[in-house]
Amino acid sequence: MSEAVAEKNYLNDPKGWKSWVFTLDHKRIGILYLASITAAFFLGGVFAVLIRLELLNPGQDLMGPDTYNQIFTLHGAVMIFLFIIPSIPAALGNFFLPLLIGAKDVAFPRLNLASYYIYVFGSMFAVYSIFTGAVDTGWTFYTPYSTETQTSVIPMTLGAFILGFSSIFTGLNFIVTIHKMRIPGMTWYKLPLFVWALYATAIIQVVATPVLGITLLLLIFERVFSVGIFNPDMGGDPVLFQHFFWFYSHPAVYIMILPGMGIISELIATFSHKKIFGYKAIAFSSLGIAFISFLVWGHHMFVSGQSELAAMIFSFLTFLVGIPSGIKVFNWITTLYKGQIHFDTPMLYALSFLFLFTIGGLTGIFLGALATDVHLHDTYFVVAHFHYVMMGGTVMAFLGGLHYWWPKMFGKMYNHFWSVIAMILVFVGFNVTFFSQFILGSQGMPRRYYNYLDQFQPLHAFSTIGSWILGAGFIIMAIYLIHSLFKGRKASDNPWGGLTFEWATGSPPPHHNFKVTPKMTHGPYDYDKVLVEQTDY
Amino acid sequence: MKAKASDHSAHILPLRIYLGVGFALFILTGITVMISFVDLGGWNVTVALAVASIKAALVVLFFMHLLYDNKIYLTIFLTAIGFLAILIIFTMFDTMERGRLYPEKAKPIKPGAAIYEREDSLSSRSVDTTKTDH
Repeated sequence: MSEAVAEKNYLNDPKGWKSWVFTLDHKRIGILYLASITAAFFLGGVFAVLIRLELLNPGQDLMGPDTYNQIFTLHGAVMIFLFIIPSIPAALGNFFLPLLIGAKDVAFPRLNLASYYIYVFGSMFAVYSIFTGAVDTGWTFYTPYSTETQTSVIPMTLGAFILGFSSIFTGLNFIVTIHKMRIPGMTWYKLPLFVWALYATAIIQVVATPVLGITLLLLIFERVFSVGIFNPDMGGDPVLFQHFFWFYSHPAVYIMILPGMGIISELIATFSHKKIFGYKAIAFSSLGIAFISFLVWGHHMFVSGQSELAAMIFSFLTFLVGIPSGIKVFNWITTLYKGQIHFDTPMLYALSFLFLFTIGGLTGIFLGALATDVHLHDTYFVVAHFHYVMMGGTVMAFLGGLHYWWPKMFGKMYNHFWSVIAMILVFVGFNVTFFSQFILGSQGMPRRYYNYLDQFQPLHAFSTIGSWILGAGFIIMAIYLIHSLFKGRKASDNPWGGLTFEWATGSPPPHHNFKVTPKMTHGPYDYDKVLVEQTDY
Repeated sequence: MKAKASDHSAHILPLRIYLGVGFALFILTGITVMISFVDLGGWNVTVALAVASIKAALVVLFFMHLLYDNKIYLTIFLTAIGFLAILIIFTMFDTMERGRLYPEKAKPIKPGAAIYEREDSLSSRSVDTTKTDH
């Protein structure tokens, strides 16, 4: 075909496996990350299906209690450390941050590649731990159990420790890139909102991750050298571990959701063909969420035995998170108002984000209320809540972003019909799986048990069927996305009619992103000033 | 080369400032040593930490030139300290205030330990230890 000769882009130029393995191109590193996190998502998903399968009936069907403990721990650890934390920043962020600000690459391309290999190295520890008696502590590694259990805590925590460096490197790189690499004329208030979200995320990554690293290192020290830091038998304080752990892990929740919110801002503006409402409010609410995220970690510990004073302060501050989150949701809805809305697949994901994230966020308010939390703590209500935020929020945004930028990344368009079918299956499957868990939790079904009372069986079965619908949706998605790579029709440069810079270059972009350095002629959402047509459909 | 020099604003401080800061550091060290002989109760730690913070600030501001460098470095440095302060202070809201609302009857888990164990659970614990002894 003449097509192959005609166009040089980052995918085919330069050639050879070495040019991929040692690449310094942020786009290729983004693709490497995308492939890796997809593998991690698949692995974590298999664990999830196994968990739901065991819970289909009361009693032991598929695995015993010990195996079950290991499987749910692995599901959590893999999904959080290997998939969701690097998902949007390291894969989509790496690919699109420089494009969005008109740069040729990130500020430190070598650091970028290093962060990828550190990610791979850390993941290998995590996978190794699976084969050497997988951990059964839950992904939170709470002491004193984690210092006493015979399962392989050290490889997994060491893996998470190493993965932390990858996250810090990405964060540092993004901060410097956003400060220093914007094209002339792109002031802070002309940045696409995804960039603001990545900036807020990067701050959390740099500031919070070291605390997790040290905490896990202390845990390893306690296990190996019996230094009493957290284990009361050795004179330590187990609640201190929870403080240190959640000082990272609560902000980490916002490492997961903030970039998702950034994607939603892009999607809603593009597919409403309207200037985003409340640009500054959305931008600063990202920073606001990042800051407040550091002040609320104690709401994970209301029944841990922390002081009543601390619990009150943390409960009060937790409600503050509702303010910037609410600002965002209302601004998105106002942007939709009187917009020229196109219901393309990415937009469908954005709209489902609005529903699911709002449910997830509001149930967070329930759990942030001290007295209510004592009742709901460690029940399926909590499980349902964080899946609505993490999966209904972040994963939906990730899928929206993936479908939005897929034509740009690979230059190919996926099948519209099947993408809508998959989206519907994911949305329905998700709600069937997790809404039932809100009810289970409020009825008192505790989390992290392989067995349960007969009265919970109908809802558990319902939830398990949901996991199959969800799985079917993801399988269809994998098929049509892979199919599009080989047989998909060629995507135009700007299929959705977007105004940000990534749409001003080829699909896929050339090696150095832009053939001609773009000029700042309009803001990222100036749909009121610039006429741009959606060329697809 | 010139560009690089102006980038870092080749700022040479007069020698007497270095000597002055050095002298101040010695004085502050003396204060730390002297205060350790006076019993101020819980305030001993506070004073020692305050003196140490002033010394660190002097070193960072003058010897490491943070005062004369681009202010973004100072901002980043102070931000990091701020977040560390949040970690420590909020954790102390817990550790310093435990058992205020519902006073717990508790004993140290071993002589001199900072961790206390409720007395009602102590009896069951001693049963456990005898079991493991056998």
